[in-house]
Amino acid sequence: MTVIETRLATDTPARAAFPARRLACACVLGAYLIFQALPVYWIVRMSLMTPGNVMGRSDFLPVEPTFDNYRTIFTDPTWYMSFLNQLAYVCLNTAISLAVALPAAYAFSRYRFLGDKHVFFWLFTNRMAPPAVFLLPFFQLYSAVGLFDTPWAVALAHTLFVVPLAVWILEGFMSGIPREIDETALIDGYSLPRFFVTIFMPLIASGIGVTAFFCFMFSWIELLLARTLTSVDARPLVATMTRTASSSGMDWGLLAAAGVLTILPGVAVIWFVRNYIAKGFALGRV
Amino acid sequence: MHKLEDNRAWLLVVPVFALVAFNAVIPLMTVVNYSLQDIFGPGQRVFIGVEWFREVLRDLTIQASFLRQVAFSALVLAIQIPLGIAIALLLPRVGWKSSLAIILIAIPLLVPFNVVGTIWQVYARPDIGFLGRGVNAIGIDYNYTASAVSAWITLLLMDTWHWTPLVILLAFAGLCSIPEPYYQAARIDGASRWAVFRHIELPKLRGVLTIAILLRFMDSFMIYTEPFVVTGGGPGSSTTFLSVRLVNMAVGQFDLGPAAAFSLIYFLVILLFSYVFYTILKMNEGEP
Repeated sequence: MTVIETRLATDTPARAAFPARRLACACVLGAYLIFQALPVYWIVRMSLMTPGNVMGRSDFLPVEPTFDNYRTIFTDPTWYMSFLNQLAYVCLNTAISLAVALPAAYAFSRYRFLGDKHVFFWLFTNRMAPPAVFLLPFFQLYSAVGLFDTPWAVALAHTLFVVPLAVWILEGFMSGIPREIDETALIDGYSLPRFFVTIFMPLIASGIGVTAFFCFMFSWIELLLARTLTSVDARPLVATMTRTASSSGMDWGLLAAAGVLTILPGVAVIWFVRNYIAKGFALGRV
Repeated sequence: MHKLEDNRAWLLVVPVFALVAFNAVIPLMTVVNYSLQDIFGPGQRVFIGVEWFREVLRDLTIQASFLRQVAFSALVLAIQIPLGIAIALLLPRVGWKSSLAIILIAIPLLVPFNVVGTIWQVYARPDIGFLGRGVNAIGIDYNYTASAVSAWITLLLMDTWHWTPLVILLAFAGLCSIPEPYYQAARIDGASRWAVFRHIELPKLRGVLTIAILLRFMDSFMIYTEPFVVTGGGPGSSTTFLSVRLVNMAVGQFDLGPAAAFSLIYFLVILLFSYVFYTILKMNEGEP
């Protein structure tokens, strides 16, 4: 931080010399933020209106604002259970991904071994397979092993494209920690697992946080696999939304309220990692 | 960093390897099987070799989807990468303003794909959407269900809204990692803003931009849910991208053989493009 602060301090006189340029920068940034915020505002606005008003009015402010849509969601078990279902598999996915990615990232960052570069690249190729390709095989595979319509199926399926990214981010963070620390700890008599958990993991805590954020994000927003691998018991919110839309016509107000609720956990997660997120990729190797 | 040579490190990779192999290899082999067989029903299947591959490669609608997909991904990269870098340069680097801006910018990333589609479907509607009404009010004819140009603009705007934040975060992370002495040296030399960007910031961003370009390429090339929700592939087939076509084939028409062959070709194309990007971006590394 100190480096950046000195930079800011030395920068200020130069910037003050160009107030016009600074103003222009602020305007461009402001315009971009408005571009980003408007669609979000529009769905919040819709979520506060009755279906009739949603379809009939285009006023900028909500017309006859009401919380009925939210009340429906919080009182109807199909809605609120599907919200919990989605949280369940996303958290499971994040936990599984971190658990397998941590040791692998350590191996990639500390050792050379037979086929290491190939395995790393192979992991990444799985990020390139369109989920649409795997729909049917995944359905068959998870039905065959009896996990269909459980949070485990979706959590495991999502690791396919989450784990490669997790390994890559973690590897970057670990490579930023000097080897001497490992060596000293091992000389001091720590076993590798004990060293890893008690010394090494706290050192890369911010990296683990950022990785968790990206695992959460990519799993939370995915729809296609989540919808294919669940039917009733484990159905996530995103799937409930598409089914409501098809069965009883479009209740846009309800859909918008559900949409707003899907955004909230993400905002909470961003809040926790806001100060680390920028570092997440800076250290990564490419 | 100097790395030790030790094959026992494989033990640490085994969990990831097993998990991904279970998830990737088994389904992939299923797809390979389908692609080489003609299936009439349970237990009734005939090996037909590369027939499906030949059929898919000759299919004119798939060829059209492919060209559309390439154009879409090219536009996505051409818009989002420069825009992302530009916004990252404007962001404050420290303090609460920085945190606030990061949070605001990251929000679209956490909106599920179908919700993104739902938002833009309404937001861009000419009758009840803010964007659609606004654009029509200033005299431009804009209706994404009727005109292919409008549909493309809607999808590009939507994708820019959704994914530019990823490029911004990556570029911002890269900028934060540039040590201060670099800037001091540039100031002593009296370098212009552009020279600082071209000779200090851009080279330092190479790593994060490589990953940004790769991720944006892969995800835009696989885009499915958003165009499916917003335009349903229309009007006509003007926004029927590869994934939309593939899902129609596999789930709509239940043509498993051709769909499997299509899947494999699709996957290989992404692999090939990604490899080419990666090689090109790596090749210029020697440049100052």
